[in-house]
Amino acid sequence: MGEAIAFYTLSAFIIGFGVLVVSTKNTVHSVLFLVLNFLFVAALYVMLGAQFLAVIQILVYAGGIVVLYLFVVMLVNLKRPPESHHDPHRRTRLGLGLAAAVLVELVAIVAYGFAQPAAAPVAAAQSALPVSGNTEQVGWLLYTSYLIPFEIASMLLLVAMIGAIVLAKREL
Amino acid sequence: MITPTHYMVLSAALFIIGVVGVMARRNIIIIFMSIELILNAVNINLVAFSAQLHDTVGQVFAIFVIAVAAAEAAVGLGIILAFYRNKETVNIDEMNLMRW
Repeated sequence: MGEAIAFYTLSAFIIGFGVLVVSTKNTVHSVLFLVLNFLFVAALYVMLGAQFLAVIQILVYAGGIVVLYLFVVMLVNLKRPPESHHDPHRRTRLGLGLAAAVLVELVAIVAYGFAQPAAAPVAAAQSALPVSGNTEQVGWLLYTSYLIPFEIASMLLLVAMIGAIVLAKREL
Repeated sequence: MITPTHYMVLSAALFIIGVVGVMARRNIIIIFMSIELILNAVNINLVAFSAQLHDTVGQVFAIFVIAVAAAEAAVGLGIILAFYRNKETVNIDEMNLMRW
């Protein structure tokens, strides 16, 4: 019962702030609603027993990426609102139609999933990890089975950092 | 009782909100934020199934998704700044340098 109340409350906040991110006219307010959305998603992760990921979500998303967005919004002069261009509504309707098509597709997938007989419940696939605790398990997996993807991710971040510096610098 | 279906519906709703943002808005910064919403929807799915199957691998992949999102945000915002310096606009309707 408590789980249901927590889930529905968090879901309402996540969906509500998501809608506000997309619909607000002021871009700065939109970024701030994005922070709130990320914080409630982190609370959902805690509910799911992924405490380490919740902390990462708050540190990296709410603390790092969103500050980057705020910097760009402040650097870019948004005095002239981009939406008040010539006839923005025609393409808006087209976009809403395409989004509705994606919604129909997702509903079809869910309906198909309900029509299929439920698969046999997967036995606890894991339980082979020699450590307990969420953070220990994530760390163990990252440094054993997923060491190569982990190193590739670090290279990706290095390349992205160099690329961002090269792009944003006026002249090298 | 909260089943994985509930989390999938929440994730799909967040995904659709992100898709609407990408399709309907003309401000490229809002479009980037909508992409972040979409990636968050994917992460919710991964973590929900990780909890359902008692398998931590889903959380590991969610961490990879976050790393890729950070890289994408850094490069994308660098491109926005470089473009704004040249064209003084963040409206994607006016971003047609590479068309034809």
